[in-house]
Amino acid sequence: MANIYPYGCFTHAVVRGIPESFGKLAEGGEGLQTDLAKAQRQMGVLTGALRQKVGLQLIEIPAVTELPESWRIEDVAVIQGDTALITRPLKQQRRTEAEAVRRVLSELKLTVLEMGDEEGRSAGATLEGSDVLFTGKEFFVGISKHTNHRGAEVLADTFKDFAVSTVPVCGGSRLKNICSMGGPDTIIISSSDGAKKTLRMMEQLTDHHYEILSVPEDVAANCVYIRGPAKVDFLLHPTAEECPNSVPAFQRLTDYTLLPTACSEASKLGAALSSLCLLINKKPNY
Amino acid sequence: MTTEVGSDSDVKKDEEKTPGDQQQTDKPAEPPQEKSASIEAESGQEACVSSPPAAGGQKKEKTISRFLPPWLKRQKSQSQDKPSESSAPEQESVELKEEQTDGGGAEQTEEKKEEETEEKSVGSADTQPVREEKEDESELKEEEAVIPHEASVLSGLKLNKKMKMVVCHVTLLDGSLFSCELEKRAKGQYLFFQVCEHLNLLEKDYFGLSFKDNTEQRCWLDPNKEIKRQIRNSQWQFTFSVKFYPLDPSQLTEDITRYLLCLQLRQDIALGRLPCSFVTHALLGSYTLQAELGDHDPDEHRLDYISDFQFAPNQTKELEEKVVELQKSHRGMTPAQSDAQFLENAKKLSMYGVDLHHAKDSDGVDIMLGVCANGLLIYKDRLRINRFAWPKILKISYKRSNFYIKIRPGEAEQFESTVGFKLPNHRAAKRVWKVCVEHHTFFRLVSPEQSTKTKFLTLGSKFRYSGRTQAQTRQASSLIDRPTPYFQRTSSKRLSRSLDGAPVVSVSDYSQAAGAGENGPPLELNSDSKSPQVEVVQEPDADAATSISSETAFETDGAGAPERKSKLRVQGENIYVRHSNLMLEDLDKTQEDVLKHQASISELKRSFMEATPEPRPSQWDKRLTGSPATTLRMQTQGVPQETPPRPETDSRDASKSAEVKPEVNGQPEVVEVVEETVVIEEVIKPRSPAPEASVPVETECAAEVKEERSLSSDSDSEEEAEYHAQPPSTSISIQQIKEEPEEEQEAELTQAPPSVIESQPITEAVEPALSAEEEKPAEPHEDEHTDDREPMATPDEGPNGHALHAEAPPTAEEEEPHIVNGSSSRVEAEHLPQVICCLEPPVVKTEMVTISDTFAAQKTEISTKEVPIVHTETKTITYEAAQLDGNGDGEPGVLMTAQTITSESLCTTTTTHITKTLKGGLSETRIEKRIVITGDSDIDHDQALAQAIKEAKEQHPDMSVTRVVVHKETELAEDKD
Repeated sequence: MANIYPYGCFTHAVVRGIPESFGKLAEGGEGLQTDLAKAQRQMGVLTGALRQKVGLQLIEIPAVTELPESWRIEDVAVIQGDTALITRPLKQQRRTEAEAVRRVLSELKLTVLEMGDEEGRSAGATLEGSDVLFTGKEFFVGISKHTNHRGAEVLADTFKDFAVSTVPVCGGSRLKNICSMGGPDTIIISSSDGAKKTLRMMEQLTDHHYEILSVPEDVAANCVYIRGPAKVDFLLHPTAEECPNSVPAFQRLTDYTLLPTACSEASKLGAALSSLCLLINKKPNY
Repeated sequence: MTTEVGSDSDVKKDEEKTPGDQQQTDKPAEPPQEKSASIEAESGQEACVSSPPAAGGQKKEKTISRFLPPWLKRQKSQSQDKPSESSAPEQESVELKEEQTDGGGAEQTEEKKEEETEEKSVGSADTQPVREEKEDESELKEEEAVIPHEASVLSGLKLNKKMKMVVCHVTLLDGSLFSCELEKRAKGQYLFFQVCEHLNLLEKDYFGLSFKDNTEQRCWLDPNKEIKRQIRNSQWQFTFSVKFYPLDPSQLTEDITRYLLCLQLRQDIALGRLPCSFVTHALLGSYTLQAELGDHDPDEHRLDYISDFQFAPNQTKELEEKVVELQKSHRGMTPAQSDAQFLENAKKLSMYGVDLHHAKDSDGVDIMLGVCANGLLIYKDRLRINRFAWPKILKISYKRSNFYIKIRPGEAEQFESTVGFKLPNHRAAKRVWKVCVEHHTFFRLVSPEQSTKTKFLTLGSKFRYSGRTQAQTRQASSLIDRPTPYFQRTSSKRLSRSLDGAPVVSVSDYSQAAGAGENGPPLELNSDSKSPQVEVVQEPDADAATSISSETAFETDGAGAPERKSKLRVQGENIYVRHSNLMLEDLDKTQEDVLKHQASISELKRSFMEATPEPRPSQWDKRLTGSPATTLRMQTQGVPQETPPRPETDSRDASKSAEVKPEVNGQPEVVEVVEETVVIEEVIKPRSPAPEASVPVETECAAEVKEERSLSSDSDSEEEAEYHAQPPSTSISIQQIKEEPEEEQEAELTQAPPSVIESQPITEAVEPALSAEEEKPAEPHEDEHTDDREPMATPDEGPNGHALHAEAPPTAEEEEPHIVNGSSSRVEAEHLPQVICCLEPPVVKTEMVTISDTFAAQKTEISTKEVPIVHTETKTITYEAAQLDGNGDGEPGVLMTAQTITSESLCTTTTTHITKTLKGGLSETRIEKRIVITGDSDIDHDQALAQAIKEAKEQHPDMSVTRVVVHKETELAEDKD
């Protein structure tokens, strides 16, 4: 397609600060025991890496205490090319998170699309970005607690150029918890049984060929791959502390610049590295 | 006319027979009857003239009158069908009518008999379609019997000169109507050829004619069957459209083919059959506009008439503006280039070439079955919920309104599973089945399955796709040897707006061709006006077959300028010349197979010519001798282009031509659509390749080819048929098997060029013998009985857990170490992964970081405002295939020829060294291509490299890539926003 380019070329990243209410759930109440300061530090490492190592333009949306989960910005939008689809997270309370994101994306001159009315075609549709794996050639939408078929249909209607395949999410709560892109044609996936099952389905459904980098730990399956402006392959991955057994796998990626980036606090809440940022390519031909 | 007519001798017999006898034959054969009737009529006429009717005359009249009614009846219907009937018979009929009135009492007595006859003849003539349909379905005849039948009918007709003609209308892709008169029992093929000829289309195998059946469903016209039988009572109205969407349109040989494909896709897009996003609509629209209108002219108020174009199902002003805006960036693109760009983008759309059919799964949920080049896709709404690649499918069958696919068991499974779908009706099930059979054959097989010629009665639908497969059509179109045909882009009548805006009249005929080079600098159009060129004919028959010079896209005419200067110009007429085949000449005396090679090529060529109903044989002759032009492309290379005449090539070509012949010359296997219940299969395993490939095979592979034949026994059910999706290796010769891995890979991977880069060469490199072997496991030893096909239907909605690769015959690629796993010994990359620790604190002073990697260093500078530093990095990667054939380097051969060819295009320079050596009686051709890809960072080098490798492969499908050396010199400028 016109806008089919190898996966990984990004110019901008949008992140959202960790609010004071980090660790609390959107609907109120305490979540798990988390270290707010550490979480903020880790977020700092991530943004630093994105800005200074990878060389992306970074846009940081300030944290809002009233939106305790707003830092999981990946859930709120699915972006491909010049088009951004504002999603409809499962939790009603989280839907207001989109407002600031919508503003930023519009400022970046993206075509911002909504999921549509609560009634009619998209009634009952839920979709979260962390259930969407875009490979550069096609979309896989994990059908999970957070994302349903309706939501996937809306996604398919939005990104008509691409095949949109649905896969059940086995062995994790969100698709991106068990897999992520590790290169233009590389999928990093956990070697757990559930993930393998999901992978088999992905392989069956695709017309394309992907290299598979299988990692022993679930947490290692979520990485952020970015092909920097100077065509260097960067991989942000959890640190050796978080996934000691998976680091050798990453090191097999030839020519990559590996950027171990800690994400332990966010992981406690079921998030991962990719949850923390939205990646955008504003230079289509790069 | 019935197919019951045996032969000419039968006709004569019938004439001799008494009328009574004829009446007793329960299926009166029309042509003889007609004939005898007219003969009798003539004699009757004489009788009339000799006024006093004698007793004998009376008798005659009697006999005549017996014949009259049916005959008259027929005459009437005939004249209704076709007013242009020759006048003679009509006169006869008039006279006969007179006689009839004179007939008197004798006639009265005949009245009843006449009625009988009438009924019968009605039964045989007018309800013909019905009966023939029945015939189709019951199919009790042996296949062989059918051909002579039809042939004799034709000859019978010729004798009579009473062909019923019918006018039919074909809607072409540009919306225009093509009408032609056909003999009523013409086969689909005939009409199709007429249309292709009208369009001047040679690469016709991607196209087809369709018609709407009485339920308004689109049906493809089977080229091998009579049109009348297929359309039944529908109108003689057809639509010409793309049947098989080529996976890579850039591989099409001619621009006109690409143009037609564009027209089809524009239609698909406008009708919403090919969904795209706004951006894509705009982009594709902009290429359409450029192709149709030429460069954007700011003085024109394009928006005024732009809405004449339909770029999207629901077009907005916004879209139109975007289209115009994008079009500005295509300045200088020729129509052909624009079309090529259009296709490059359109082919990536996920629904490109997917033929959708409504169905329900076993739970009654509405789904769509999408048949495409790679297999069968299952959609629910817009979501893909399952996919069955051809290699996974063992058998496709239908029974009543159910459609079944039998799936090869996955790694973990032991048994084949069958998935069933419910189609709206029987015909829909049959339609989807047929489309699957055709797509499977076209895209996956190298040659169509041989019809199952068995000695026993064969039942069940023997429908098979009998046209050329993609592989064959590519092969054939590589032989297309003609000046690029002139054609008009109808909506705009844009002849050839030259790039600088001034129409170049003299070139206009060929300007479309000039656009062929995608990367071609605009100026070419004028400068090259490639038409007027004369070269010397040297080897008219020799080279065409394999000398597919590098892909059009890569060769722009401008580049070859120096060579071209030497060409003569003669009155602007094209005289095409064949390049001498130096190598072939050299070898001429030394090697037999070269002769064979040539013979096979000319054979191939001839069959190709025969395949196209060229009404102007003289033209072809001219082309043949004066030779043509793939040469156009070769010309750009200037130096005599050489074909690698190595043994494999020869035998391959030979066998190829051997196979092509049957279809081309002819009566492609009779295809019957019949349905069956029982299929007993017998697997015959000849040690040698398929019988027709009786050509010397000089390859080293002695792979076993299993030939599968299905013998079927009687059946009473007529509601089902099956098709075994045979792995490509069955019933084809070894050479073809060799080609398969490539084919398959293409099918699987074309859309992922960047990733393929690494794997492709490696895959290629695997020795043919190996790949042939690998195909074997893919071949199931099938022994199936109908019982298996009973509705078992465990249709699973979700993917049923077969790993894709498990099913596919292990491709070479998979055996190669994946880059990711890094252990590959063949990849010698300079850079090892680099770990930059940046745990905490987040702020890292960029200048302090010590990074040996130039790239990374680069990166850190982004935040600073330094003057861009130019880094140069050099990297060499070598991919080398294991030499399995033992023809290693150790054994020096005798150098026979060496040749160097250089061609250039915008961003690539290709230098080809061809060396031919003789090693121990075996000649080996080694082609070394040096492709220099130059360009700034805008060019995707990987893509270009992949393209180059792909092209090299395509040019020499019979050769293997044994070594790819990538030498990368990167000049790194600051690449900032």
